[in-house]
Amino acid sequence: MALSREQVAMRVAQELQDGYYVNLGIGIPTLVANYVPAGIEVMLQSENGLLGMGPYPTEDEIDADMINAGKETVTAIKGAAIFSSAESFAMIRGGHVDLTVLGAFEVDQNGNIASWMIPGKLVKGMGGAMDLVAGAQNIVVTMTHADKYGNSKLLTDCTLPLTGVGCVKKIVTDLAVLEVRNGAFHLLERAPGISVEEIQQKTAGKLVVEGDIPEMVFS
Amino acid sequence: MAGFNKVVHSYEDAMAGLQDGMTVIAGGFGLCGIPEGLIAQIKKMQTKDLTVVSNNCGVDGFGLGILLEDRQIKKMVASYVGENALFEKQLLSGELEVELTPQGTLAEKMRAGGAGIPAFFTATGYGTPVAEGKETREINGRHYVLEPAITGDFSIVRAWKADRYGNLVFRHTSMNFNPMAATAGKITVAEVEEIVEPGELEPSQIHTPGIYVQRVIKGSFEKRIERRMVRQG
Repeated sequence: MALSREQVAMRVAQELQDGYYVNLGIGIPTLVANYVPAGIEVMLQSENGLLGMGPYPTEDEIDADMINAGKETVTAIKGAAIFSSAESFAMIRGGHVDLTVLGAFEVDQNGNIASWMIPGKLVKGMGGAMDLVAGAQNIVVTMTHADKYGNSKLLTDCTLPLTGVGCVKKIVTDLAVLEVRNGAFHLLERAPGISVEEIQQKTAGKLVVEGDIPEMVFS
Repeated sequence: MAGFNKVVHSYEDAMAGLQDGMTVIAGGFGLCGIPEGLIAQIKKMQTKDLTVVSNNCGVDGFGLGILLEDRQIKKMVASYVGENALFEKQLLSGELEVELTPQGTLAEKMRAGGAGIPAFFTATGYGTPVAEGKETREINGRHYVLEPAITGDFSIVRAWKADRYGNLVFRHTSMNFNPMAATAGKITVAEVEEIVEPGELEPSQIHTPGIYVQRVIKGSFEKRIERRMVRQG
């Protein structure tokens, strides 16, 4: 069966390593913070200027001057640092953030990503997404494998205006984990009960399947 | 004492000299860290045809959003403008021009403007609509876009504490774009929560040195919260 949003977040969380600085986008990526594996420590970066983001505040802790990049009230962990937007994006653009997790409308087999603009619909802006995809050492995209009409979101070439070029390394969808390299999607894992054939059928771009593809394991 | 005494006592004095057609850079991220009283003063002055540079454009009825009500903004330079129905309406009707700029590039444009750097190369936006019409260059095998710096006729910022020399300290994440905005204005006005005596701010802990700041005014702030999230304690 296709993964739930929580299961996608759980699978992405397995990509976290001890000591990682991580930026989580809005939506499913935000949920990843709930599934940090036991025994490892990661530091969450919020691009409005906070390194060491904590959980939402209690009613007593709420402070209008303490928000995350989603403009939500938030807390800082002990050992956090707060800085300006220029400093924040120096960290991002300078490649100091180990992992960025974000959503997308489309990705293609060359690692291009489209996530901010649908022509004909009102464009609200890219926020920090273009800086994040251009700067992170490692980018994991979370998305559904196909849209609600069954059209693949893993394409030969993105059709929508791009957020960044050649930057996506890994994709976790509701059906599969894939790596992007050498101009193709390489199938690494499939969701429990999902066949390679179904993944093949819902992947419009070039898909490479080598050997037996294991099912994802959730502990 | 004038000289280094930058404290003014009225919003009229704080924004004196603002004229139609000027560029105003505003600090803040969403509604966090915005100079509420200075924005209200711009509304009161009814200055028109402004170019406003800020990460966002407030919300309907609060923050920079109130400057849309009387069509005071001609052009908005921002990274995200999705919180505002009036903005959407004026954009679709062609009354308002918008230049969407990646958030990190926007911060760096202000920083560069204040630091005397006319433009810089960044990988952000290469191969996207943001790079259209801009010079690009390949450096060490990677492609970069040339982005011009931004300076303003006025910069308006919100700080926590200031002294009469214009030294500023920001509180928590209300810092955001404020330090860069402060450097990039010909006239920078800081609206602050508290004015302290010189020497009370630890010199090595000052975020924005007073050389960038021309006027300081003590404000009072509503500090509206955009998305109130709470966990059970």
